[in-house]
Amino acid sequence: MRFRSEYEGPWASCSRRIDVKTGEWRFQRPVTKVGKCRECGWCYIYCPSGCRKVEEGHFSADLDYCKGCGVCARFCPARAIMMVREED
Amino acid sequence: MKTSEARQVRVMEGNMATAFGVLLSKPDVISCFPITPQTSLGEALSRFVADGLLDAEIIEPEGENSALSILIGASVAGGRTFTSTSSQGLSFMYDAYLFTAGNRLPIVMVIAMREMPAPHGVIAGQQDAILVKDAGWIQFYAESCQEILDSTIMAYRLAEDPEILLPVNICYEGFYLSYQSQRVEIPTQDEVDRFLAPIENSERLRLCLENPMSFSSYTFPGELYTEYRYKHCQALQRAKEKCEQIDREFEDIFGYGYGGQIEEYRSEDADVVIVTMGSCTGTARGVVDRKRDEGLKVGLIKIRMFRPFPSERLIAALKGKQAIGVIDRNVLYASSCGHGFLELKSLLHELEPPTPLLIDFIAGLGGTDITPQHLERVIDTTYSALDGQTVKPVTWLSLE
Repeated sequence: MRFRSEYEGPWASCSRRIDVKTGEWRFQRPVTKVGKCRECGWCYIYCPSGCRKVEEGHFSADLDYCKGCGVCARFCPARAIMMVREED
Repeated sequence: MKTSEARQVRVMEGNMATAFGVLLSKPDVISCFPITPQTSLGEALSRFVADGLLDAEIIEPEGENSALSILIGASVAGGRTFTSTSSQGLSFMYDAYLFTAGNRLPIVMVIAMREMPAPHGVIAGQQDAILVKDAGWIQFYAESCQEILDSTIMAYRLAEDPEILLPVNICYEGFYLSYQSQRVEIPTQDEVDRFLAPIENSERLRLCLENPMSFSSYTFPGELYTEYRYKHCQALQRAKEKCEQIDREFEDIFGYGYGGQIEEYRSEDADVVIVTMGSCTGTARGVVDRKRDEGLKVGLIKIRMFRPFPSERLIAALKGKQAIGVIDRNVLYASSCGHGFLELKSLLHELEPPTPLLIDFIAGLGGTDITPQHLERVIDTTYSALDGQTVKPVTWLSLE
């Protein structure tokens, strides 16, 4: 018998992790207007990818992983986040 | 090694016997959804936890599918787990049931067996457990409340064995065993601890931060899927010998055993044997004794482990027999017979000629009794077939 897996069941080791930069899928990116951000954290809570970062005085996006879905901009109560097309 | 003097003897129903088996096995997580005839089991376990006797987390699910899914999570995290169900509850957890087996999770679940509707009836039968016999779980069928308790403890040993890693069902007829009170000896915690090591000692794979693993991984290409199926089948085959070994170890510690995959009762020198599975075995022993007193060389074989099917043990036990009567408390729609009958029929060609006669008896469906009179008819009919009379291959006892 030739086996591919060293395990009895469908398990696999995570040691050979492949890092997928989901930010490469993005066609638009969120840009925070620093002065308008009230640091309420709604974008942090709503972000489906968990890639909002806390910075000095405002929140911003981790662009390695942000897919540009725009949920943060849609829910920002201060309207401090703008979605900008990547080619612009 | 015996410490029987310290054992408590109580009169209890089958569900309570299961609860004591679970208590002594010290599970980490329990999740049961109530369904007749299994409800009192969940109640007993909740009381054990509330009284501080059992240090387990009880999670109350909103249905059976969640009950087993909760255990999948707990088992993947490395815990010892327990659930129970019956009839439609089992069909409602069907996808989680398959998922458990395919992921090789050592979950123990009892099935207080009940007929499947329709026609409707909250009544005893074996059809619910029999329908999932080919879902990759190990299945035991118990005869008595004592056997339920002991099998529950043995089930954890078998399920968690590093060479096996499979979920185990202990099946017993609802009402007949779940609610019937019998004399039960409760093993001491010391005895059980010597037999069943704590789950912390297990080295099986689990999700943890120290050694990150992905679980239930996507198997592409299909060769990998085939590989896991093959390994699953091989583990089930290994479970047969492991069951014998565990039964012997059980006997060393507790002073009695169950014969492993099957039990042979007065069958060694018998010409005719009847084959039973489940609660009617007790009645059958008495009838065999009476027929022996009348001078008939009749014996009994009880199937304990139905999945994997104990082919090798049965071939050895049936060697030289002239006729076999099978009692089935279930139906196989494909061939209008019982499941036990078909399994045994598949073994006949393995026996040296002359091949024994094999006759099926459907009995006890819909919660009806399998009486001593029924079992006498089974033996008498099998003998008359041996005497050359024409006997139908399948007899529906309560209709004929």
